[in-house]
Amino acid sequence: MIGRARVFGDDINTDYIVTSRRKRESLDPAVLRAYLFEEVDPLFAATVEAGDVIVAGRNFGCGSAMEVAVTAVLGAGIRAVVARSFSRTYYRNAVNNGLLPVECDTRRIREGDRLLIGDGEVRNETAGEILIAAPLPGIMREIVAAGGLVPYFRRHGDFSV
Amino acid sequence: MSGKTISEKILSAKSGVDARAGRVVVCRVDCAMGTDGSAPMAIDYFEAMGGRRVRDAARIVFALDHYAPAPNRAIAALHQRLREFAAQFGIELWDVGQGIGHQLMVESGRALPGGLAVGADSHAVTYGALNAFSTGIGSSDLAAILICGRLWLRVPESIRVRLTGQLPRGVYAKDAALALAAALGADGAVYQALEFGGSGVGALDMDDRLVLSNFAVEMGAKNGIFPADERTRAYLAGRTRLDFAAVEADADARYAREIALNLDALSPQVALPHQVDRVVPLAQVAGTPVQMVYLGTCTGGRVKDFHEARDVLKAGGGVARGVQLVVTPASRAVMETLAQDGTLADFVAMGAVIVTPGCGSCCGTCGAIPGDGVNVVSTANRNFKGRMGNSSAFIYLASPASCAAAAVRGSIADPREIEA
Repeated sequence: MIGRARVFGDDINTDYIVTSRRKRESLDPAVLRAYLFEEVDPLFAATVEAGDVIVAGRNFGCGSAMEVAVTAVLGAGIRAVVARSFSRTYYRNAVNNGLLPVECDTRRIREGDRLLIGDGEVRNETAGEILIAAPLPGIMREIVAAGGLVPYFRRHGDFSV
Repeated sequence: MSGKTISEKILSAKSGVDARAGRVVVCRVDCAMGTDGSAPMAIDYFEAMGGRRVRDAARIVFALDHYAPAPNRAIAALHQRLREFAAQFGIELWDVGQGIGHQLMVESGRALPGGLAVGADSHAVTYGALNAFSTGIGSSDLAAILICGRLWLRVPESIRVRLTGQLPRGVYAKDAALALAAALGADGAVYQALEFGGSGVGALDMDDRLVLSNFAVEMGAKNGIFPADERTRAYLAGRTRLDFAAVEADADARYAREIALNLDALSPQVALPHQVDRVVPLAQVAGTPVQMVYLGTCTGGRVKDFHEARDVLKAGGGVARGVQLVVTPASRAVMETLAQDGTLADFVAMGAVIVTPGCGSCCGTCGAIPGDGVNVVSTANRNFKGRMGNSSAFIYLASPASCAAAAVRGSIADPREIEA
Protein backbone atom coordinates (compact mmCIF):
# COMPACT_ATOMS: atom_id res chain seq x y z
CA MET A 1 0.00 0.00 0.00
CA ILE A 2 1.46 3.35 -1.09
CA GLY A 3 0.08 6.74 -0.12
CA ARG A 4 0.71 10.39 0.63
CA ALA A 5 1.10 11.34 4.29
CA ARG A 6 -1.48 13.70 5.80
CA VAL A 7 -0.01 14.67 9.14
CA PHE A 8 -1.82 15.46 12.42
CA GLY A 9 -0.62 15.93 16.00
CA ASP A 10 -1.28 14.21 19.33
CA ASP A 11 -4.66 13.48 20.97
CA ILE A 12 -6.81 13.81 17.84
CA ASN A 13 -10.17 12.77 19.33
CA THR A 14 -13.07 11.28 17.39
CA ASP A 15 -15.02 14.56 17.61
CA TYR A 16 -12.14 16.21 15.72
CA ILE A 17 -12.31 13.45 13.09
CA VAL A 18 -16.10 13.90 12.71
CA THR A 19 -18.13 15.94 15.17
CA SER A 20 -21.09 14.34 16.94
CA ARG A 21 -23.40 17.01 15.60
CA ARG A 22 -22.66 16.00 11.96
CA LYS A 23 -23.63 12.48 12.97
CA ARG A 24 -27.03 13.86 13.87
CA GLU A 25 -27.61 14.67 10.19
CA SER A 26 -26.30 11.49 8.57
CA LEU A 27 -24.39 8.25 9.18
CA ASP A 28 -23.46 7.88 5.48
CA PRO A 29 -19.66 7.86 4.99
CA ALA A 30 -20.13 9.48 1.57
CA VAL A 31 -21.77 12.46 3.31
CA LEU A 32 -19.59 12.55 6.42
CA ARG A 33 -16.32 12.58 4.45
CA ALA A 34 -17.08 16.22 3.59
CA TYR A 35 -16.69 17.09 7.30
CA LEU A 36 -13.53 15.11 8.04
CA PHE A 37 -11.25 16.93 10.49
CA GLU A 38 -13.23 20.17 10.05
CA GLU A 39 -12.45 21.27 13.63
CA VAL A 40 -8.67 20.93 13.27
CA ASP A 41 -7.96 21.25 9.51
CA PRO A 42 -10.81 22.94 7.63
CA LEU A 43 -9.08 22.40 4.27
CA PHE A 44 -8.58 18.66 4.71
CA ALA A 45 -11.87 17.43 3.23
CA ALA A 46 -11.37 19.43 0.05
CA THR A 47 -7.81 18.20 -0.48
CA VAL A 48 -8.02 14.54 0.56
CA GLU A 49 -7.37 12.01 -2.20
CA ALA A 50 -8.10 8.31 -2.30
CA GLY A 51 -5.06 6.44 -1.06
CA ASP A 52 -3.87 9.18 1.30
CA VAL A 53 -2.50 7.89 4.61
CA ILE A 54 -3.37 9.61 7.89
CA VAL A 55 -0.31 10.08 10.09
CA ALA A 56 -0.72 11.11 13.71
CA GLY A 57 1.06 11.35 17.04
CA ARG A 58 -0.05 9.81 20.29
CA ASN A 59 -3.55 8.67 21.26
CA PHE A 60 -5.19 8.97 17.83
CA GLY A 61 -8.97 8.56 18.01
CA CYS A 62 -9.37 9.17 21.72
CA GLY A 63 -12.74 10.13 23.18
CA SER A 64 -15.99 8.70 21.89
CA ALA A 65 -16.09 5.14 20.52
CA MET A 66 -18.28 6.25 17.61
CA GLU A 67 -17.57 4.12 14.58
CA VAL A 68 -18.30 6.86 12.02
CA ALA A 69 -14.87 8.23 12.93
CA VAL A 70 -13.55 5.16 11.09
CA THR A 71 -16.16 4.75 8.35
CA ALA A 72 -15.94 8.44 7.36
CA VAL A 73 -12.17 8.04 6.95
CA LEU A 74 -12.75 4.96 4.78
CA GLY A 75 -15.40 6.94 2.89
CA ALA A 76 -12.67 9.35 1.81
CA GLY A 77 -10.70 6.49 0.28
CA ILE A 78 -8.15 6.27 3.08
CA ARG A 79 -7.04 2.69 3.80
CA ALA A 80 -4.47 3.12 6.59
CA VAL A 81 -3.76 5.26 9.64
CA VAL A 82 -0.22 5.40 11.02
CA ALA A 83 0.17 6.73 14.58
CA ARG A 84 2.53 6.58 17.55
CA SER A 85 -0.38 5.20 19.56
CA PHE A 86 -4.13 4.78 19.15
CA SER A 87 -7.01 4.96 21.56
CA ARG A 88 -8.14 1.38 21.96
CA THR A 89 -11.69 1.96 20.72
CA TYR A 90 -10.45 3.60 17.53
CA TYR A 91 -7.98 0.77 17.04
CA ARG A 92 -10.64 -1.91 17.36
CA ASN A 93 -13.14 -0.03 15.18
CA ALA A 94 -10.41 0.31 12.55
CA VAL A 95 -9.68 -3.43 12.66
CA ASN A 96 -13.39 -4.28 12.53
CA ASN A 97 -13.85 -2.15 9.39
CA GLY A 98 -10.69 -3.17 7.56
CA LEU A 99 -8.94 0.18 8.04
CA LEU A 100 -5.30 -0.77 8.74
CA PRO A 101 -4.02 0.72 12.02
CA VAL A 102 -0.22 0.89 12.03
CA GLU A 103 1.66 1.77 15.19
CA CYS A 104 5.16 3.21 14.77
CA ASP A 105 7.28 6.26 15.53
CA THR A 106 5.75 8.93 13.29
CA ARG A 107 7.73 11.91 14.56
CA ARG A 108 9.87 12.34 11.44
CA ILE A 109 7.11 11.90 8.86
CA ARG A 110 6.26 15.17 7.10
CA GLU A 111 3.12 16.31 5.27
CA GLY A 112 3.12 14.92 1.74
CA ASP A 113 5.81 12.24 2.32
CA ARG A 114 5.33 9.14 0.19
CA LEU A 115 4.78 6.14 2.46
CA LEU A 116 4.96 2.47 1.52
CA ILE A 117 3.15 0.42 4.16
CA GLY A 118 4.43 -3.14 4.38
CA ASP A 119 4.22 -5.99 6.85
CA GLY A 120 5.80 -4.85 10.11
CA GLU A 121 7.29 -1.69 8.61
CA VAL A 122 6.55 1.68 7.06
CA ARG A 123 8.98 2.91 4.37
CA ASN A 124 9.16 6.67 4.08
CA GLU A 125 10.30 6.86 0.45
CA THR A 126 10.62 10.66 0.55
CA ALA A 127 12.92 10.63 3.56
CA GLY A 128 14.57 7.31 2.70
CA GLU A 129 13.75 5.87 6.11
CA ILE A 130 12.32 2.58 7.33
CA LEU A 131 10.13 2.66 10.46
CA ILE A 132 9.48 -0.55 12.39
CA ALA A 133 5.80 -1.17 13.08
CA ALA A 134 4.15 -3.47 15.59
CA PRO A 135 2.42 -6.35 13.75
CA LEU A 136 -1.29 -7.03 14.30
CA PRO A 137 -1.84 -10.01 16.58
CA GLY A 138 -3.90 -13.13 15.86
CA ILE A 139 -7.53 -12.65 15.07
CA MET A 140 -7.11 -8.91 14.39
CA ARG A 141 -4.93 -9.73 11.39
CA GLU A 142 -7.56 -12.17 10.08
CA ILE A 143 -10.34 -9.58 10.45
CA VAL A 144 -8.36 -6.87 8.64
CA ALA A 145 -7.33 -9.36 5.94
CA ALA A 146 -10.99 -10.25 5.42
CA GLY A 147 -11.80 -6.55 4.98
CA GLY A 148 -13.49 -6.14 8.36
CA LEU A 149 -16.04 -7.91 10.54
CA VAL A 150 -18.80 -7.79 7.89
CA PRO A 151 -16.99 -9.92 5.29
CA TYR A 152 -15.47 -11.98 8.13
CA PHE A 153 -18.90 -12.83 9.53
CA ARG A 154 -20.41 -13.40 6.10
CA ARG A 155 -17.76 -16.07 5.63
CA HIS A 156 -17.59 -17.63 9.11
CA GLY A 157 -20.88 -16.67 10.80
CA ASP A 158 -19.01 -16.54 14.13
CA PHE A 159 -15.49 -16.05 15.46
CA SER A 160 -13.52 -18.98 14.08
CA VAL A 161 -11.43 -19.69 17.19
CA MET B 1 3.20 -18.90 36.58
CA SER B 2 2.41 -15.70 38.45
CA GLY B 3 -1.05 -14.88 39.71
CA LYS B 4 -3.67 -12.92 37.83
CA THR B 5 -5.14 -9.47 37.96
CA ILE B 6 -8.92 -9.01 38.28
CA SER B 7 -9.15 -8.39 34.52
CA GLU B 8 -7.15 -11.53 33.67
CA LYS B 9 -9.35 -13.62 35.95
CA ILE B 10 -12.63 -12.36 34.52
CA LEU B 11 -11.48 -12.71 30.92
CA SER B 12 -10.16 -16.22 31.64
CA ALA B 13 -13.57 -17.20 32.99
CA LYS B 14 -15.40 -15.64 30.04
CA SER B 15 -13.11 -17.02 27.32
CA GLY B 16 -12.43 -20.47 28.77
CA VAL B 17 -8.69 -20.07 28.18
CA ASP B 18 -5.77 -18.87 30.29
CA ALA B 19 -6.20 -15.16 29.52
CA ARG B 20 -2.91 -13.45 30.26
CA ALA B 21 -2.05 -9.84 29.40
CA GLY B 22 -1.29 -9.43 25.71
CA ARG B 23 -3.25 -12.45 24.52
CA VAL B 24 -6.25 -11.90 22.24
CA VAL B 25 -9.25 -13.94 23.40
CA VAL B 26 -12.87 -14.38 22.37
CA CYS B 27 -15.26 -13.98 25.31
CA ARG B 28 -18.89 -14.70 25.99
CA VAL B 29 -20.56 -11.42 26.94
CA ASP B 30 -22.94 -11.20 29.91
CA CYS B 31 -24.56 -7.96 28.83
CA ALA B 32 -24.10 -5.55 25.92
CA MET B 33 -25.68 -2.11 25.72
CA GLY B 34 -26.16 -0.01 22.59
CA THR B 35 -27.28 3.62 22.50
CA ASP B 36 -29.14 5.65 19.90
CA GLY B 37 -25.68 6.90 18.99
CA SER B 38 -24.34 3.42 18.22
CA ALA B 39 -27.13 0.85 17.89
CA PRO B 40 -28.54 2.14 14.54
CA MET B 41 -25.15 1.44 12.93
CA ALA B 42 -25.04 -1.90 14.74
CA ILE B 43 -28.30 -2.86 13.03
CA ASP B 44 -26.77 -1.86 9.67
CA TYR B 45 -23.76 -4.08 10.42
CA PHE B 46 -26.01 -6.89 11.66
CA GLU B 47 -27.92 -6.88 8.38
CA ALA B 48 -24.74 -6.58 6.29
CA MET B 49 -23.25 -9.54 8.17
CA GLY B 50 -26.28 -11.60 7.19
CA GLY B 51 -27.77 -11.60 10.71
CA ARG B 52 -31.25 -13.11 10.86
CA ARG B 53 -31.70 -13.81 14.53
CA VAL B 54 -30.33 -12.54 17.82
CA ARG B 55 -28.35 -15.14 19.72
CA ASP B 56 -29.41 -14.18 23.24
CA ALA B 57 -31.73 -11.17 23.38
CA ALA B 58 -31.85 -11.24 27.19
CA ARG B 59 -28.21 -10.14 27.24
CA ILE B 60 -28.79 -7.08 25.03
CA VAL B 61 -30.28 -3.70 25.88
CA PHE B 62 -30.74 -0.45 23.94
CA ALA B 63 -30.82 3.02 25.51
CA LEU B 64 -32.22 6.09 23.75
CA ASP B 65 -30.07 8.62 25.57
CA HIS B 66 -27.81 10.61 23.23
CA TYR B 67 -30.63 12.35 21.37
CA ALA B 68 -33.34 12.56 23.99
CA PRO B 69 -35.88 13.78 23.07
CA ALA B 70 -35.34 13.47 19.32
CA PRO B 71 -34.20 16.89 18.03
CA ASN B 72 -35.10 16.30 14.38
CA ARG B 73 -36.88 14.04 11.95
CA ALA B 74 -33.81 11.94 11.08
CA ILE B 75 -33.20 11.06 14.72
CA ALA B 76 -36.89 10.37 15.31
CA ALA B 77 -36.65 7.84 12.47
CA LEU B 78 -33.56 6.22 14.07
CA HIS B 79 -35.45 5.95 17.36
CA GLN B 80 -38.36 4.30 15.56
CA ARG B 81 -36.01 1.84 13.91
CA LEU B 82 -34.46 0.88 17.25
CA ARG B 83 -37.87 0.42 18.87
CA GLU B 84 -38.99 -1.81 15.99
CA PHE B 85 -35.80 -3.89 15.99
CA ALA B 86 -35.98 -4.30 19.78
CA ALA B 87 -39.63 -5.38 19.62
CA GLN B 88 -38.95 -7.81 16.76
CA PHE B 89 -36.15 -9.62 18.60
CA GLY B 90 -37.33 -9.23 22.21
CA ILE B 91 -34.58 -6.82 23.26
CA GLU B 92 -35.16 -4.56 26.26
CA LEU B 93 -35.21 -0.86 25.29
CA TRP B 94 -34.81 2.07 27.65
CA ASP B 95 -36.79 4.77 25.91
CA VAL B 96 -36.35 8.55 25.79
CA GLY B 97 -36.48 10.04 29.27
CA GLN B 98 -35.40 6.94 31.19
CA GLY B 99 -31.85 8.19 31.33
CA ILE B 100 -28.25 7.54 30.34
CA GLY B 101 -27.62 3.92 29.36
CA HIS B 102 -24.57 3.65 31.62
CA GLN B 103 -26.50 4.83 34.65
CA LEU B 104 -29.33 2.41 33.83
CA MET B 105 -26.88 -0.50 33.39
CA VAL B 106 -25.80 0.10 36.96
CA GLU B 107 -29.19 0.95 38.46
CA SER B 108 -30.89 -2.06 36.87
CA GLY B 109 -28.34 -4.56 38.16
CA ARG B 110 -27.29 -5.56 34.63
CA ALA B 111 -23.61 -5.03 35.44
CA LEU B 112 -22.50 -7.47 38.14
CA PRO B 113 -19.29 -8.37 39.97
CA GLY B 114 -17.15 -10.79 37.98
CA GLY B 115 -19.24 -10.22 34.85
CA LEU B 116 -18.34 -9.00 31.37
CA ALA B 117 -20.62 -6.05 30.61
CA VAL B 118 -19.86 -3.92 27.57
CA GLY B 119 -21.42 -0.93 25.88
CA ALA B 120 -21.16 0.54 22.40
CA ASP B 121 -20.06 3.82 23.93
CA SER B 122 -16.72 4.75 25.45
CA HIS B 123 -18.10 5.43 28.93
CA ALA B 124 -19.13 1.80 29.36
CA VAL B 125 -16.05 1.68 31.60
CA THR B 126 -18.35 3.06 34.31
CA TYR B 127 -19.55 -0.38 35.51
CA GLY B 128 -16.04 -1.31 36.64
CA ALA B 129 -17.09 0.30 39.92
CA LEU B 130 -19.18 -2.84 40.50
CA ASN B 131 -16.24 -5.23 39.91
CA ALA B 132 -17.44 -5.98 36.36
CA PHE B 133 -15.01 -6.06 33.45
CA SER B 134 -16.65 -3.31 31.45
CA THR B 135 -15.40 -1.51 28.39
CA GLY B 136 -16.46 0.45 25.34
CA ILE B 137 -16.93 -1.34 22.03
CA GLY B 138 -17.97 -0.32 18.52
CA SER B 139 -21.22 -0.77 16.62
CA SER B 140 -19.73 -3.61 14.55
CA ASP B 141 -18.74 -5.38 17.79
CA LEU B 142 -22.31 -5.00 19.03
CA ALA B 143 -23.57 -6.49 15.74
CA ALA B 144 -21.26 -9.49 16.20
CA ILE B 145 -22.57 -9.93 19.76
CA LEU B 146 -26.15 -9.83 18.44
CA ILE B 147 -25.25 -12.68 16.09
CA CYS B 148 -22.96 -14.89 18.18
CA GLY B 149 -22.95 -13.51 21.73
CA ARG B 150 -19.17 -13.12 21.71
CA LEU B 151 -16.51 -10.43 21.48
CA TRP B 152 -12.77 -10.43 20.77
CA LEU B 153 -10.67 -8.68 23.38
CA ARG B 154 -6.97 -8.17 23.88
CA VAL B 155 -6.30 -8.98 27.54
CA PRO B 156 -4.96 -5.75 29.04
CA GLU B 157 -1.96 -5.27 31.27
CA SER B 158 -3.12 -3.61 34.49
CA ILE B 159 -1.97 -0.50 36.26
CA ARG B 160 -2.60 -0.80 39.98
CA VAL B 161 -4.01 2.44 41.40
CA ARG B 162 -3.40 2.33 45.13
CA LEU B 163 -5.81 4.62 46.96
CA THR B 164 -5.10 5.70 50.53
CA GLY B 165 -6.77 8.06 52.98
CA GLN B 166 -10.16 9.66 52.47
CA LEU B 167 -11.52 12.69 50.66
CA PRO B 168 -11.30 15.87 52.77
CA ARG B 169 -14.30 18.15 53.20
CA GLY B 170 -15.09 20.06 49.99
CA VAL B 171 -13.10 17.61 47.87
CA TYR B 172 -14.90 14.94 45.87
CA ALA B 173 -14.41 11.86 43.73
CA LYS B 174 -14.33 14.06 40.64
CA ASP B 175 -11.31 15.89 42.05
CA ALA B 176 -9.62 12.52 42.56
CA ALA B 177 -10.47 11.51 38.98
CA LEU B 178 -9.06 14.77 37.60
CA ALA B 179 -5.92 14.38 39.71
CA LEU B 180 -5.48 10.86 38.33
CA ALA B 181 -5.93 12.13 34.76
CA ALA B 182 -3.26 14.74 35.45
CA ALA B 183 -0.90 12.12 36.85
CA LEU B 184 -1.40 9.59 34.06
CA GLY B 185 -2.14 11.85 31.08
CA ALA B 186 -4.82 11.36 28.41
CA ASP B 187 -2.90 8.41 26.93
CA GLY B 188 -1.22 7.19 30.12
CA ALA B 189 -3.20 3.95 30.26
CA VAL B 190 -3.86 3.19 26.57
CA TYR B 191 -4.69 -0.52 26.05
CA GLN B 192 -4.32 -1.04 29.82
CA ALA B 193 -6.67 -1.66 32.71
CA LEU B 194 -6.82 0.50 35.81
CA GLU B 195 -7.27 -1.72 38.83
CA PHE B 196 -8.18 0.25 41.93
CA GLY B 197 -7.11 -1.04 45.31
CA GLY B 198 -5.71 -0.03 48.65
CA SER B 199 -7.14 1.07 51.95
CA GLY B 200 -8.78 4.14 50.39
CA VAL B 201 -11.31 2.04 48.46
CA GLY B 202 -13.41 1.33 51.54
CA ALA B 203 -13.86 5.05 52.19
CA LEU B 204 -15.40 5.62 48.75
CA ASP B 205 -19.11 4.94 48.34
CA MET B 206 -20.54 3.46 45.12
CA ASP B 207 -21.24 6.88 43.58
CA ASP B 208 -17.60 7.88 44.15
CA ARG B 209 -16.34 4.66 42.57
CA LEU B 210 -18.60 5.18 39.55
CA VAL B 211 -16.96 8.57 38.98
CA LEU B 212 -13.45 7.09 39.05
CA SER B 213 -14.35 4.15 36.81
CA ASN B 214 -16.19 6.45 34.41
CA PHE B 215 -13.08 8.60 34.07
CA ALA B 216 -10.76 5.66 33.31
CA VAL B 217 -11.33 6.06 29.57
CA GLU B 218 -10.13 9.67 29.73
CA MET B 219 -6.68 8.22 30.46
CA GLY B 220 -7.07 5.80 27.56
CA ALA B 221 -7.79 2.85 29.86
CA LYS B 222 -9.70 -0.21 28.73
CA ASN B 223 -11.46 -0.43 32.06
CA GLY B 224 -11.34 0.96 35.59
CA ILE B 225 -12.14 -1.91 37.88
CA PHE B 226 -12.72 -1.97 41.63
CA PRO B 227 -12.73 -4.90 44.01
CA ALA B 228 -16.15 -5.77 45.47
CA ASP B 229 -16.94 -5.26 49.14
CA GLU B 230 -19.90 -4.77 51.47
CA ARG B 231 -20.79 -1.49 49.76
CA THR B 232 -20.96 -3.33 46.43
CA ARG B 233 -23.28 -5.97 47.85
CA ALA B 234 -25.42 -3.34 49.57
CA TYR B 235 -25.73 -1.39 46.31
CA LEU B 236 -26.84 -4.49 44.41
CA ALA B 237 -29.32 -5.68 47.03
CA GLY B 238 -32.75 -5.50 45.41
CA ARG B 239 -31.31 -4.72 41.97
CA THR B 240 -30.61 -8.28 40.83
CA ARG B 241 -31.75 -11.80 41.53
CA LEU B 242 -28.78 -13.33 39.76
CA ASP B 243 -25.96 -14.93 41.66
CA PHE B 244 -22.60 -13.30 41.35
CA ALA B 245 -19.14 -14.00 42.67
CA ALA B 246 -16.78 -11.10 43.34
CA VAL B 247 -13.35 -11.43 41.76
CA GLU B 248 -10.20 -10.28 43.47
CA ALA B 249 -6.64 -10.15 42.24
CA ASP B 250 -4.08 -12.73 43.28
CA ALA B 251 -1.47 -11.50 45.71
CA ASP B 252 1.27 -12.27 43.16
CA ALA B 253 -0.55 -10.76 40.15
CA ARG B 254 1.67 -8.87 37.72
CA TYR B 255 1.10 -5.16 37.11
CA ALA B 256 2.58 -2.92 34.42
CA ARG B 257 3.11 -0.35 37.15
CA GLU B 258 1.64 1.06 40.32
CA ILE B 259 0.45 4.58 40.93
CA ALA B 260 -0.43 5.92 44.38
CA LEU B 261 -3.18 8.43 45.03
CA ASN B 262 -3.48 9.84 48.53
CA LEU B 263 -7.02 11.12 48.89
CA ASP B 264 -6.15 13.05 52.08
CA ALA B 265 -3.82 15.33 50.13
CA LEU B 266 -6.26 16.36 47.38
CA SER B 267 -7.74 19.79 46.79
CA PRO B 268 -10.40 20.91 44.25
CA GLN B 269 -9.16 20.41 40.67
CA VAL B 270 -10.19 21.83 37.29
CA ALA B 271 -9.50 20.57 33.76
CA LEU B 272 -8.93 23.51 31.42
CA PRO B 273 -10.20 23.73 27.82
CA HIS B 274 -9.78 21.71 25.59
CA GLN B 275 -8.00 18.69 27.09
CA VAL B 276 -9.14 16.43 29.91
CA ASP B 277 -5.60 16.09 31.28
CA ARG B 278 -4.88 19.86 31.33
CA VAL B 279 -5.63 19.77 35.03
CA VAL B 280 -4.68 22.44 37.56
CA PRO B 281 -5.59 23.08 41.20
CA LEU B 282 -8.79 25.16 41.15
CA ALA B 283 -7.04 27.97 43.04
CA GLN B 284 -4.88 28.66 39.97
CA VAL B 285 -7.87 29.66 37.84
CA ALA B 286 -10.19 31.08 40.51
CA GLY B 287 -11.92 34.22 39.25
CA THR B 288 -12.24 33.05 35.62
CA PRO B 289 -15.66 34.38 34.47
CA VAL B 290 -18.33 31.73 33.83
CA GLN B 291 -21.58 32.09 31.86
CA MET B 292 -22.90 28.51 31.89
CA VAL B 293 -22.84 25.74 34.50
CA TYR B 294 -23.76 22.19 33.55
CA LEU B 295 -24.79 19.61 36.16
CA GLY B 296 -25.38 16.14 34.77
CA THR B 297 -23.83 13.29 32.69
CA CYS B 298 -22.68 9.75 33.45
CA THR B 299 -19.89 11.27 35.55
CA GLY B 300 -21.75 13.82 37.66
CA GLY B 301 -25.49 13.34 37.27
CA ARG B 302 -26.39 11.15 40.25
CA VAL B 303 -28.39 12.07 43.36
CA LYS B 304 -25.34 12.70 45.51
CA ASP B 305 -23.90 15.08 42.90
CA PHE B 306 -27.06 17.19 42.84
CA HIS B 307 -27.21 17.27 46.63
CA GLU B 308 -23.63 18.51 46.81
CA ALA B 309 -24.32 21.18 44.19
CA ARG B 310 -27.61 22.23 45.79
CA ASP B 311 -25.96 22.65 49.20
CA VAL B 312 -23.31 24.99 47.80
CA LEU B 313 -25.89 26.94 45.78
CA LYS B 314 -28.14 27.41 48.80
CA ALA B 315 -25.26 28.36 51.07
CA GLY B 316 -24.12 30.88 48.46
CA GLY B 317 -27.53 32.47 47.91
CA GLY B 318 -28.36 31.01 44.48
CA VAL B 319 -27.23 31.54 40.91
CA ALA B 320 -25.34 34.70 39.99
CA ARG B 321 -26.84 37.04 37.41
CA GLY B 322 -25.59 36.20 33.92
CA VAL B 323 -25.10 32.48 34.60
CA GLN B 324 -27.26 29.82 32.96
CA LEU B 325 -27.55 26.75 35.20
CA VAL B 326 -28.50 23.56 33.35
CA VAL B 327 -29.59 20.48 35.31
CA THR B 328 -29.83 17.07 33.63
CA PRO B 329 -30.41 14.07 35.95
CA ALA B 330 -28.65 10.90 34.79
CA SER B 331 -31.87 8.90 34.99
CA ARG B 332 -35.57 9.11 35.72
CA ALA B 333 -34.94 7.38 39.05
CA VAL B 334 -32.44 10.11 39.94
CA MET B 335 -34.98 12.77 38.92
CA GLU B 336 -37.72 11.09 40.97
CA THR B 337 -35.53 11.09 44.06
CA LEU B 338 -34.67 14.75 43.51
CA ALA B 339 -38.37 15.54 43.07
CA GLN B 340 -39.32 13.70 46.25
CA ASP B 341 -36.64 15.21 48.48
CA GLY B 342 -37.18 18.79 47.28
CA THR B 343 -33.87 19.22 45.45
CA LEU B 344 -35.56 19.60 42.08
CA ALA B 345 -37.83 22.34 43.46
CA ASP B 346 -34.75 24.12 44.81
CA PHE B 347 -33.14 24.08 41.36
CA VAL B 348 -36.34 25.30 39.70
CA ALA B 349 -36.64 28.11 42.25
CA MET B 350 -33.06 29.12 41.48
CA GLY B 351 -33.94 29.48 37.80
CA ALA B 352 -32.21 26.35 36.54
CA VAL B 353 -33.05 24.91 33.13
CA ILE B 354 -34.18 21.32 33.72
CA VAL B 355 -33.45 18.96 30.83
CA THR B 356 -34.80 15.45 30.12
CA PRO B 357 -32.69 12.70 31.76
CA GLY B 358 -30.10 11.53 29.24
CA CYS B 359 -26.78 12.66 27.81
CA GLY B 360 -28.16 16.19 27.39
CA SER B 361 -25.64 18.90 26.58
CA CYS B 362 -22.58 16.74 27.22
CA CYS B 363 -21.86 15.90 23.58
CA GLY B 364 -23.76 18.69 21.88
CA THR B 365 -26.36 16.38 20.41
CA CYS B 366 -29.32 17.80 22.33
CA GLY B 367 -30.04 19.99 25.34
CA ALA B 368 -28.63 23.48 25.86
CA ILE B 369 -25.75 24.51 23.53
CA PRO B 370 -23.34 27.19 24.83
CA GLY B 371 -22.87 30.38 22.80
CA ASP B 372 -19.66 31.67 21.17
CA GLY B 373 -16.98 32.65 23.65
CA VAL B 374 -18.95 31.23 26.58
CA ASN B 375 -17.04 29.67 29.47
CA VAL B 376 -18.80 26.54 30.74
CA VAL B 377 -18.02 24.75 33.99
CA SER B 378 -19.32 21.20 33.81
CA THR B 379 -19.56 18.01 35.83
CA ALA B 380 -18.93 16.04 32.60
CA ASN B 381 -15.89 14.00 31.61
CA ARG B 382 -14.87 15.67 28.33
CA ASN B 383 -14.02 19.23 27.36
CA PHE B 384 -12.86 18.81 23.77
CA LYS B 385 -13.28 21.77 21.46
CA GLY B 386 -16.81 21.59 20.06
CA ARG B 387 -17.82 18.90 22.52
CA MET B 388 -21.01 20.66 23.67
CA GLY B 389 -21.99 21.61 20.14
CA ASN B 390 -20.03 24.87 19.75
CA SER B 391 -16.32 24.91 18.91
CA SER B 392 -16.16 28.56 20.02
CA ALA B 393 -17.10 27.71 23.62
CA PHE B 394 -14.64 26.85 26.43
CA ILE B 395 -15.35 23.93 28.74
CA TYR B 396 -13.87 23.53 32.23
CA LEU B 397 -14.42 20.27 34.13
CA ALA B 398 -14.90 20.21 37.89
CA SER B 399 -16.76 18.54 40.76
CA PRO B 400 -20.48 19.25 41.26
CA ALA B 401 -19.64 21.43 44.29
CA SER B 402 -17.06 23.42 42.31
CA CYS B 403 -19.55 23.82 39.46
CA ALA B 404 -22.12 25.12 41.94
CA ALA B 405 -19.56 27.52 43.42
CA ALA B 406 -18.96 28.88 39.90
CA ALA B 407 -22.71 29.36 39.48
CA VAL B 408 -22.90 31.25 42.80
CA ARG B 409 -20.02 33.59 42.04
CA GLY B 410 -20.27 33.86 38.25
CA SER B 411 -16.64 32.84 38.16
CA ILE B 412 -14.54 29.81 39.06
CA ALA B 413 -14.48 29.60 42.87
CA ASP B 414 -13.48 27.21 45.64
CA PRO B 415 -16.62 25.54 47.05
CA ARG B 416 -14.96 25.33 50.49
CA GLU B 417 -15.16 29.12 50.74
CA ILE B 418 -18.92 29.00 50.21
CA GLU B 419 -19.79 25.93 52.28
CA ALA B 420 -18.06 27.37 55.36
